[in-house]
Amino acid sequence: MQDIKLRANENRGIHQLESGNDLVGWNEVTQGSILPSFEGNANNIAHLKAEERSYSNHNSYTATVASWRVRKPVFNIDVCIDCQNCWVWCPDSSILSRDKQMLGIDYDHCKGCEVCVEVCPTNPKSLLMFNEHEELGTALSQWPEKKKKEKN
Amino acid sequence: MAEKYDLNEREVWDGNFAASQAMRQAKVDVMAAYPITPSTPIVENYGAYVANGYVDGEFVMVESEHAAMSACVGASAAGGRVATATSSQGFALMVEVLYQASGMRLPIVLNVVNRALASPLNVRGDHGDMYLGRDSGWIQFGAFNAQESYDLALCAFKVAENHSVRLPTMVHQDGFITSHTAQNVYPLTDKAVDDFLGDIKPVDDMLDFSRPVTYGAQTEEDWHFEHKAKQHKALMDSRTVIDEVFEEFAKVSGRKYNRVESYDMEDAEVAIVGLGTTVETARVAAKELRKEGIKAGVVAIRCFRPFPFDLVRDALENVKAVAVTDRSSPGGAMGAFFNEVSAALYSTPKRPLVTNFIYGLGGRDFSIEEAKRIFKEQKAHADAGHITTDIQQFSGLRGPKLGYFQTKRG
Repeated sequence: MQDIKLRANENRGIHQLESGNDLVGWNEVTQGSILPSFEGNANNIAHLKAEERSYSNHNSYTATVASWRVRKPVFNIDVCIDCQNCWVWCPDSSILSRDKQMLGIDYDHCKGCEVCVEVCPTNPKSLLMFNEHEELGTALSQWPEKKKKEKN
Repeated sequence: MAEKYDLNEREVWDGNFAASQAMRQAKVDVMAAYPITPSTPIVENYGAYVANGYVDGEFVMVESEHAAMSACVGASAAGGRVATATSSQGFALMVEVLYQASGMRLPIVLNVVNRALASPLNVRGDHGDMYLGRDSGWIQFGAFNAQESYDLALCAFKVAENHSVRLPTMVHQDGFITSHTAQNVYPLTDKAVDDFLGDIKPVDDMLDFSRPVTYGAQTEEDWHFEHKAKQHKALMDSRTVIDEVFEEFAKVSGRKYNRVESYDMEDAEVAIVGLGTTVETARVAAKELRKEGIKAGVVAIRCFRPFPFDLVRDALENVKAVAVTDRSSPGGAMGAFFNEVSAALYSTPKRPLVTNFIYGLGGRDFSIEEAKRIFKEQKAHADAGHITTDIQQFSGLRGPKLGYFQTKRG
């Protein structure tokens, strides 16, 4: 599977923003709605990979913030050339990539904007939009063939 | 290390110069400003102090007042001591960011030299801009002369930066009447200001890289209310800190401020409640009327926000008739200040007769004679046992008499 390894990370997208049961009262909210991003001292963490950092519960890293997505990009590893265009252009940080190798989509943060699909240069594209509830296998089975160059 | 600025024990300063000296002595780290009449000299002078080495600060030129306050928000979030000044239209353009600053609990100090809001265009003093800020979540102090614009600016930093407060604070002075009138001012020494204020102790500062923080989070219906309630409580609780700071300042300067100032109120039968330079005019009128046997007194609001509901009540509950003066166009309502004072007095057993005077718009002069006339009108209400005029009247207005609403109380 494409992105299992990173999605299995125990902190990523673990809570829903809208959960209504455990919200604290006015006396417990942070002053000025200022939210610390990390637990503990954050010096010298710049070199750590995201899943190794101690993101706090206030950081969107630990939250699922993709509930309004209606169409999702699906990644086809068989076509991808690891050019990193999608990683560069993603306006969130929802393209999962390690050592310049594309791994998949972070569906807890992807809003479905389709920019990654737009900038993908392969033929056929390695990222295509599907309905939110389309299964991966079904999506991949519908992948288009390589388009032939039109002769002038 | 900044150059030494020589000060005399007594200086002749106008309100603007006095406020700018307070900015220098407070060692403001960052001032971002877009100068506007009549507050221009405050930021201009600070800029000169930076350029001439009298303060180790940063003067940031910006393209509007909205940008000025936005830059102040950034600098304050970074952890610096931050201040600016504005008036009127500039204040109006800042309003959006005023709410951001207070919501983020940033202890910025804003010197507001009060000026009327256009249209029609006017550069003179009224309280339209001050009223525009009254729901913005800032602490608002009122200075009635140059000395007070200096003193209260220093107090403002100490209140705002207190860790149990952490709220931005405005210091208001009347455009031209205070800002451009040179008076005797007794400044503190630089050393005394240093000892009084000390360095700012940042909270959640963005330059603390060991603890990165998010400023300006979004909170919808499940969070926003709690944050605003906490902010309101901080503003209400700041009352005790303000009292402590005024107490401490008195020890340093010999000048004692109170959130509500009372003059000749011990046995007063009638009172004028006011803000700004009007207060000194009304005090002179009250003194003169006392020679004629009218027990007149003046109650002045030093701390407009948080509104001193209880202190106003204490100051006025034994008076028979009160004139509340609003120097701001009421825009289809009773004056805002009248409404607040009336609400406070409604919860007293005797409920004095309260009337509202709209006056002094666009810098129209408020004379001692007019203050006396208003006192005498209050005396007539008191003697009659009911309000004998319209409840809202216009004072100092040309043309046919303009007034609204009559009392239902006999």
